[in-house]
Amino acid sequence: MPKDIEPERGIGASSKRREDVRFLTGTGRYTDDINLRRQTHVFFLRSDVAHGRLTGVDTSAAEDMPGVLKIFTGADFAEIGGMPCGWQITDKHGQPMQEPKHPVLAHEKVRHVGEPIAAVVAETLAQARDAAEAIVVDIDELPAVVNMKDAVKEGAPKVHDDLTSNLCYDWGFVEENKAAVNKAFEEAAHVTTLELVNNRLVANPMEPRVAIGDYNRADGEHTLYTTSQNPHVIRLLMGAFVLGIPEHKLRVVAPDVGGGFGTKIFHYQEEAFCTFAAKAVGRPVKWTSSRSEAFMSDAHGRDHVTKIELALDADNNFTALRTDTYANMGAYLSTFAPSVPTWLHGTLMAGNYKTPLIYVNVKAVFTNTVPVDAYRGAGRPEATYQLERLIDKAAHELKVDPIKLRRQNFVTEFPYATPVAVEYDTGDYNATMDKLEEIADHAGFEARRKESEAKGKLRGFGVNCYIEACGIAPSNLVGQLGARAGLYESATVRVNATGGLVVMTGSHSHGQGHETSFAQVVADMIGIDENMVEIVHGDTSKVPMGMGTYGSRSLAVGGSAMVRATEKVIAKAKKIASHLLEASEGDIELKDGAFSVAGTDKSVAWGDVTLAAYVPHNYPLEEIEPGLEETAFYDPSNFTYPAGAYACEVELDPETGHVSIERFTAADDFGNVVNPMIVTGQVHGGLAQGIGQALLENCAYDEDGQLLSASYMDYAMPRASDLPFYDVDHSCQTPCTHNPLGVKGCGEAGAIGSPPAVVNAVLDAMRSGGKDVGHIDMPVSPARVWEAMNG
Amino acid sequence: MYDFEIERPGSVADAVKALGQEEAQALSGGQTLIPTLKARLAMPSVLVSLAGIDEMKGVEMRDGALWIGGGTTHATVMREAADAYPGLASLAARIGDPAVRNRGTIGGSLANNDPSACYPAAVLASGATVQTDRREIAADDYFDGMFATALEEGEIVTGVRFPIPQAAHYEKFIQPASRFPLVAAFVARFEGGVRVAITGASNDGVFRWSEAEAALNDRFAAGALDGLTLDGGDMISDLHGSGAYRAHLCGVMTRRAVQAIG
Amino acid sequence: MTQVKMTVNGKAASGEVEGRTLLVHFLRDDLELTGTHVGCDTSQCGACVVHVNGNAVKACTMFAVEADGAEVETIEGQAAEDGTLNTIQQAFQDHHGLQCGFCTPGMVMSAAALLKDNPKPSEAEVRHYLDGNICRCTGYHNIVKAIMAASGQDVSALAAE
Repeated sequence: MPKDIEPERGIGASSKRREDVRFLTGTGRYTDDINLRRQTHVFFLRSDVAHGRLTGVDTSAAEDMPGVLKIFTGADFAEIGGMPCGWQITDKHGQPMQEPKHPVLAHEKVRHVGEPIAAVVAETLAQARDAAEAIVVDIDELPAVVNMKDAVKEGAPKVHDDLTSNLCYDWGFVEENKAAVNKAFEEAAHVTTLELVNNRLVANPMEPRVAIGDYNRADGEHTLYTTSQNPHVIRLLMGAFVLGIPEHKLRVVAPDVGGGFGTKIFHYQEEAFCTFAAKAVGRPVKWTSSRSEAFMSDAHGRDHVTKIELALDADNNFTALRTDTYANMGAYLSTFAPSVPTWLHGTLMAGNYKTPLIYVNVKAVFTNTVPVDAYRGAGRPEATYQLERLIDKAAHELKVDPIKLRRQNFVTEFPYATPVAVEYDTGDYNATMDKLEEIADHAGFEARRKESEAKGKLRGFGVNCYIEACGIAPSNLVGQLGARAGLYESATVRVNATGGLVVMTGSHSHGQGHETSFAQVVADMIGIDENMVEIVHGDTSKVPMGMGTYGSRSLAVGGSAMVRATEKVIAKAKKIASHLLEASEGDIELKDGAFSVAGTDKSVAWGDVTLAAYVPHNYPLEEIEPGLEETAFYDPSNFTYPAGAYACEVELDPETGHVSIERFTAADDFGNVVNPMIVTGQVHGGLAQGIGQALLENCAYDEDGQLLSASYMDYAMPRASDLPFYDVDHSCQTPCTHNPLGVKGCGEAGAIGSPPAVVNAVLDAMRSGGKDVGHIDMPVSPARVWEAMNG
Repeated sequence: MYDFEIERPGSVADAVKALGQEEAQALSGGQTLIPTLKARLAMPSVLVSLAGIDEMKGVEMRDGALWIGGGTTHATVMREAADAYPGLASLAARIGDPAVRNRGTIGGSLANNDPSACYPAAVLASGATVQTDRREIAADDYFDGMFATALEEGEIVTGVRFPIPQAAHYEKFIQPASRFPLVAAFVARFEGGVRVAITGASNDGVFRWSEAEAALNDRFAAGALDGLTLDGGDMISDLHGSGAYRAHLCGVMTRRAVQAIG
Repeated sequence: MTQVKMTVNGKAASGEVEGRTLLVHFLRDDLELTGTHVGCDTSQCGACVVHVNGNAVKACTMFAVEADGAEVETIEGQAAEDGTLNTIQQAFQDHHGLQCGFCTPGMVMSAAALLKDNPKPSEAEVRHYLDGNICRCTGYHNIVKAIMAASGQDVSALAAE
């Protein structure tokens, strides 16, 4: 929404973020800022080999070291549940996926570098680490499997001895369409084929993970302070599946959390360990990850190897699409790992296009690497990258304009049921493409290219479209698809006697600004000042229930629950107001924080009604209860489908291979927008991560399963000087048709929509230098560009 | 980190004495040493901080050469060498990041001799003299391969004397993660000849590219380097680039440095 | 253990530390100034940037003993006594220069050091100055904008919103 027509407050206003004050003054409260009385520290001794049989863990010398309280090994957890997986995939033969045991501490085997083998609890962290060095670990090293295609070959070393192979599942989607898809390829006028890698990434929120376990013997209550995007999910998974603690005896607190990007969704061993050990040791147990530990213990992202093919008819209409993907699971199944390359990936393969026939095959593979799970976008960036690279390649093979080819095949009528099981409710892909061409100044590109050439540089322009499925998710649908959880959200709106509100939401905020934007929504509905609304999240003892923040779902699902609860509050308040005003309930209107009787000048202020609810002297006690507090659970009926078109302009130095991003333009359709400033910021951050994937970031292993990019010395995080100012627009708005706010979600778009544009632009630049290499894998590092240019 | 004591002597003589203790190690700016200690890759019993030794700090002209105390930070060199030796000041201004430049020192960098450090290139290309608590070492005799120097146990780099070239330029191509040079070239043009030093590229650490020097002595122009190549087989090959790529970059960086000098 | 004394945000502070105690841990654990953060162990992320004797340094790459006798400024000392944000802090809020807030203290302290040396930095100067400060949330756009705005420059024309 252009600034000049933005409202000053409420929905649509760029309200400044209230949470900023504490973050800007150093008074935020992150998990590592919490120190409990009599706290102890744990250090995890982690495997330095990728694969081996654990033949002995001798802790005897370490136990006598100064400050050591207790040392735990895999044997201590043998009787306790393993780490659970929250999603079961059924393969193309109707069989359940292979699901290995995932111990809290390694038992009998180690399966990736970084897997915890023993845990030392001591008075200080330094003492714990000193003692860990005195533990004698015997490992019979086994050959590691790292490459996915090698891992599924006959005779490959098995990551899990008790599984039949390293294949977790072989998924076909939609299996019934396969024959028709193959037939369409036989009849195609043109087929474009592309093989590509979606590089493994490490999410790297700036705050490393932290867990503090506490146990109160007086009431038997466990408390876990943790860096989580979804404390209730951790409570459920850890309580029910790992430690057997009922939810009423387990409190999980996720205070200020320094970024998540997916990697703080999952339940990790360190959380279960600290909770367990606090009771065993009788004192609080704290673990703070170092960045080096994070690289080998936070779930990684992406890591797909794909062959994708597009069939076109003689008029360049897309007639069929088929893909063959290997998806790395790592050594174990992280919490939601199986869903990422399947339901979050296969269902998006239609993209923005009306391709009538699609078949997706995904082979999920175990390897001796850190587990892989959702990272910003999760499955949807992989789908978008394949499709949008492929369409660009087709356009060049057919010598047609890539934008024109896309427009020709756009879905233009809504609702649209794709051949991959989802129904887009609304959208206007030509509108975002029109906007993109305008603000990216596509027309001026040739002049800019000439300027670059005059400096000895090559300039390239690349576009892509994207669509994503957000607002995760209808519980009954995901239940059919294998989810072991519901994906609703809850909110409680508590109105105080003096009129202020406290909204307790299950949508955790770790950078998204919910404390501001959620307050805008509720304040707007009632017509009161935003400062009268407080947002509470992140503590299972304060918020009734929550499924957490991921999949760009907070406003679409959590916000909708909040709207429903607020509607209930308003409905009850109207009853009270009708009593106070001695008018019929149907005549009561709420506007600007006052209830009035339609067509009269009689009114009563919000605060008078809320006071009456708690001081019910003049109150219809026979009809309604005192108090003003309501809870709602909202379960969406469909996903939301944000979409857009992105353009990247690069300058390439042919001598060094260095690529710089000169312009990046994003035209998004997020439906309605509550706080444009925050939405723009979310897109900026997503773009940096997408550009980071395209140009810089690469989590690499050697053939022995040693992590090569194990710190910021080798894992290239995008810096300010690697990135430009972005042009971001979200004025194209087709509101979501099935949630009360008409919102679609904006958190992941930037990361989903940007990598193909970058790579398309680099290839365009290379072509302008006379080199058509067809494809180049991410990250498009200077070395890779130079090798491609000189290969 | 393992535990250790920190001593803070006020003179070079006291520092040398302190370094005579068992398992003692010098601590200058600590920008490399402290991360190394965090990773428990070193186990000193005593760290001898050189930060309080005033005689090891400063940037000044002495006998026609630029003297820089071993304990001088990159930020100080960046500011105070700008007039006397702009090519060197420009190098200092591009090491690491501002906070690192406020702590890291030239002596620390030279004692460590990281194969991707910036300063060794300037010292070698300038034909500088490394001064220690006990002797003077010519740059050509100082660098002894990756992380190795002519320094003896407990020997401290107290200063560096830079002859000032007519012109010099440092051209750096960064490794995108660490921001250290992937390859960088320092070209210094003296009345008596041109010296070219390359850092980041070789398995043997910083080195002089003598063929390039000869070519530039014949004709100081980027074109003089045409056709000159280095053997990628001797170069570092890793995640960020092959030996062949690094060898190629040596040429590009040297050419650009020459062009910048004009 | 060694006794250290320093001035932190204008107030005298002292404590007993080991040789290996980093300045950041002294600030966080002994002085309970938890605004200074630790985001990496290789001196790259800059979440721990503070000022020592007026210079920006990484508090995770300096021993507490080395700050003995020094004047240290942290994020907690940037706002006025009454809580009013300083110019840089206010610009970060006005221009949405932070999201999760974890890198923010280091960003603000680096920005303060930059503007002290270079009161009107260009976009490129700001970006290069932040080479030692990593942010994973904002894509840097609004951080760069906030710092330029804090320097009194008109940022309204810097790329569309």
